[in-house]
Amino acid sequence: MSRQAISLTVNGAPERLEVESSLTLLQMLRERLALIGTKNGCEAGECGACTVLMDGEPVNACLVLAVEAEGCEVLTVEGLAPSGQLSALQTAFSEHNAVQCGFCTPGMLISAYALLKRNAHPTELEIREALVGNLCRCTGYVRIVEAVQAAAGESALS
Amino acid sequence: MLARPGLPSFDYVRATSAEDVRRLLLEHGPAAGLLMGGTDLFPRMRDRLLRPNLVVDVKSVPGLRDIGYDTQDGLCVGAAVSLNVLASHPDVQEHYPLLVEAANSVASYQVRTRATLGGNLCNASPAADMAPAALCLDAQVELYGAAGYRRVPVGGFILGPGRTALDPGEFMVAIRFPSPRAGSHGTYIKLGRNRAGDLAIVGVAVYGYPDAANRVTGCRFRIALASVAPVPVRAPAAEEAAALNPRAADRLRAAADAAAEAASPVDDVRASAVYRREMVRNLVMRGLRYVTAKLGRPEGGWSVGLGEESA
Repeated sequence: MSRQAISLTVNGAPERLEVESSLTLLQMLRERLALIGTKNGCEAGECGACTVLMDGEPVNACLVLAVEAEGCEVLTVEGLAPSGQLSALQTAFSEHNAVQCGFCTPGMLISAYALLKRNAHPTELEIREALVGNLCRCTGYVRIVEAVQAAAGESALS
Repeated sequence: MLARPGLPSFDYVRATSAEDVRRLLLEHGPAAGLLMGGTDLFPRMRDRLLRPNLVVDVKSVPGLRDIGYDTQDGLCVGAAVSLNVLASHPDVQEHYPLLVEAANSVASYQVRTRATLGGNLCNASPAADMAPAALCLDAQVELYGAAGYRRVPVGGFILGPGRTALDPGEFMVAIRFPSPRAGSHGTYIKLGRNRAGDLAIVGVAVYGYPDAANRVTGCRFRIALASVAPVPVRAPAAEEAAALNPRAADRLRAAADAAAEAASPVDDVRASAVYRREMVRNLVMRGLRYVTAKLGRPEGGWSVGLGEESA
């Protein structure tokens, strides 16, 4: 029982693979599916670099087993721009200089995407609260918050 | 950078009945680890503080992810209900706003997608953010094990840091909250290094409700504290002082002093014991002011004495 076959959907594509019980969703995405946009930071649910959507809700992929994702729909940062065309949210990050080293950006984008999905017009405080689990050591957060505010003004999820 | 070790290997079982869980826990004893949200289990496994051979996922056990409410029986929350699901449930928002406030104080949004009410209580952390609210709301935890089902008041469930009343083979299936008292209001004030996202340095829940039988203030209070004792605790002397102290001008101070007395904090990396005790005093006063204002007692009534500091 330490290896199990799982089926799930990743960025809209069905995936079927055999995984060790101890493999995390993060390891599966990066090492088995080569979706290395999702970053491995702390592996303890503190930094948010590995944030992905699981059935529409953000999770720390380092704290989810791959076997727990059986039957789930997973969305990673790659899924935000499936055709290579940046979404309004991603463009806002770029235009507002909300990206410096970029390591936190995939997780930031996913958390912000999830926020705008549940609350299309968040206040600055709501944005900050939604991003509490995503640490950034470069920007000081101000530009990230501005980018999310700007994206909220447009069709952020397109 | 060195490769990270990841999780030690284990077998994984998705249990589909409470009976399965009980059997597996009894068969495997301490070698079995129970998985709900995994937000505490996996970091501890990664750090090799826990090394279960078998991880029993209970999220698919019928009822463990359900929320039920009716005016007679109150609220029943499956042990594996996540904090985000709890905090966004319409009945919880309407009737138990204190639970919503406490749930939203835990860690980050993405952690709360996974972290569960049952897990927060079963970890038995002195800093468990859900425990003060559960204590104020008279929660009972429902356990299932070798002796079948039983219910334990939450105050009798958390016995020490990391220690609960769970017997071998036993696990938590639900948390039950009686119907809220008419006209009640509450608040959970969490002091951390940041406004959100951190463990509590001090957590204070204050809950109040009208009680016509109390001729002194017309109210009763519940006050519970986190992160200032080996387990989250109620402060009965503080509750009594707030509701019964005959001198209006002294009530707030007396309640705050009694709460500070009920705390037995330690010095640690987050704060000193002295600071924690002082913050209990301040936050209890702040909580009582807020709750009494919400209770809306008449101008010039008892709340004036409670709401203003005499010092």
